[in-house]
Amino acid sequence: MAYLDIHHLQKSFGAHRVVKDFTLGIEKGEFVSFLGPSGCGKTTVLRMVAGFETPTLGTIRIGDRDVTGLPANRRKIGMVFQAYALFPNLTVEENIGFGLKVAGEGKAAIARRVGEVLELIGLAQLGSRYPFQLSGGQQQRVALARALAPRPQVLLLDEPLSALDAKIRVSLREEIRRIQQELGITTIFVTHDQEEALSISDRIVVMHQGIADQVGTPFEIYNRPATRFVAEFVGTLNLVDADVVDAASGRVRVGEVAVALNRPLVARAGERISLALRPETVSLGRTEGRDVVLSGRIAEVHFLGSVIRIRVAVGGQVLSLDTFNQPDRPPPAVGVPVEVSIARSDLLVVAA
Amino acid sequence: MTGKRLWSWFAVALGGLYFLLPLAGMVDFSMRMKRGEYSFEAYRIVLADPQFQQTLGYSVLLALLTIVLGILLVVPTAYFVRLRLPGLRPIIEFITLLPLVIPPIVIVFGYIRIYNTSSVLPLTGTWWGTNLLLLFGYATLALPYMYRSVDTGLRTIDIASLTEAAQSLGAGWARILAVVILPNVFVSVLSGAFLTLAIVIGEYVFAALLNVNSFGPYMVWMGGNRAYEPSALAVVAFAITWACMGLIQIVTRFSRFSTVRR
Repeated sequence: MAYLDIHHLQKSFGAHRVVKDFTLGIEKGEFVSFLGPSGCGKTTVLRMVAGFETPTLGTIRIGDRDVTGLPANRRKIGMVFQAYALFPNLTVEENIGFGLKVAGEGKAAIARRVGEVLELIGLAQLGSRYPFQLSGGQQQRVALARALAPRPQVLLLDEPLSALDAKIRVSLREEIRRIQQELGITTIFVTHDQEEALSISDRIVVMHQGIADQVGTPFEIYNRPATRFVAEFVGTLNLVDADVVDAASGRVRVGEVAVALNRPLVARAGERISLALRPETVSLGRTEGRDVVLSGRIAEVHFLGSVIRIRVAVGGQVLSLDTFNQPDRPPPAVGVPVEVSIARSDLLVVAA
Repeated sequence: MTGKRLWSWFAVALGGLYFLLPLAGMVDFSMRMKRGEYSFEAYRIVLADPQFQQTLGYSVLLALLTIVLGILLVVPTAYFVRLRLPGLRPIIEFITLLPLVIPPIVIVFGYIRIYNTSSVLPLTGTWWGTNLLLLFGYATLALPYMYRSVDTGLRTIDIASLTEAAQSLGAGWARILAVVILPNVFVSVLSGAFLTLAIVIGEYVFAALLNVNSFGPYMVWMGGNRAYEPSALAVVAFAITWACMGLIQIVTRFSRFSTVRR
């Protein structure tokens, strides 16, 4: 059994079912991100793990203990909030020592532990400041230290980076991952930012309308999305309609071009399916190893600096492709006829 | 100076005169006890009167107890209403406004009818019972000010997140209220407390009808029996109120921390 075991969790607010049937096992020391748009139920699941919401159905176990009915203050969980939630009347040291004081630890032990975690977050010199004297990034680091100080069983991070500047977000997320790995603490990270989730997680749970659409490593989630929603939500994606010619051998037709996917399809002949491919898997012109060649015309060119995103109209559909900027080769002009090539193995068949 | 600005100063001066002239008259009158000269004779008599010291001491003590009762009653109520029962807020607000609508004399007559010596709970029959009734009555009178102050204070902090943060760190309700919530609404509680002090010190109806010798009835008695001393007493009472207001300002300004970014 997993260290943190969430079993068939459901939550309804009145007639509205926010979490439909959520099951997940998280191993000790694992960093799992809940990724999804607003209202998908990710925060509700987190709050049920924290004990702030009571599940309508289902169980939550931490270690070998069922905590489903346990109040939040007895779960030994560390939580970091989007709005920092530092106690304004307490100094940084007092904030961090709060949980230890509640646990009845002695003054010397509290001072030692507070010093340790202050060192860990790199704010040892700011212990006597009040929260209003700190920047947003510093406040969130103190909030992290406060959550970690009582050595919780599980660390829950509820969109901790959302209120911060872009630059601080990146540095703090790397710091969170470093601290998490250093302490080996089981962590759930809730975010709606795919880049954040992809960059720091051991596994990602992509949530959609109260259920987990896909659970996998960032590599799996990005390269092998299980559903159309996952494919569309994580990264940029080309979705191409294709008509099944022969499901057993995986032959389909994209516009006028026949494509052999060389894998069996769960569809009937004549049925229309969606094929997905990432912009970076589409090449301008013929490229070795990319055997599906489609003809089209440049529809749009977006210069993004290091990357140029080109949209090519192919048989009534538009494909986006990314190429690196080359100073000696300006991007093609709009309207120019071009060929694009794709490796058939990069074509993903996504379920609805 | 523009014409607009001139008119503004004129309005301020007019308002100032409206409030200050009667006060100046009262101060002037209170200092004319000795014929032909200004003196603090009336103040000396008032301050030396043992009854003044006894009634003022009693009223201050009662005011402090009322403040404690008000805090114990209002802070948890306003907190839980905001946190768990926001739908109840209009009803609670209405209830806390009732003491402004219902005259104190109605409340005190209700007390006397319910808690008289021939009732099941004869509180008016004993010294302790009467004082307890007075304390509850004053807490009721101070409710509109105390509730509004605390509720406004709670609005400035994110009580839901602070509560959840404290809970996740293992804190129970009593600790959350005492260590997290109360210190963060302290300035608001204090302004409610000083208003309570001002109300209780000058209150007459409750004290007179419950036959308690407090500062309010003493002032009325003085007003009916002396000439210059009542004015001196009024100035003293006024000074106490203004000192309270000043204290609110000082405490607000020199508060160590801030719930909002400065």
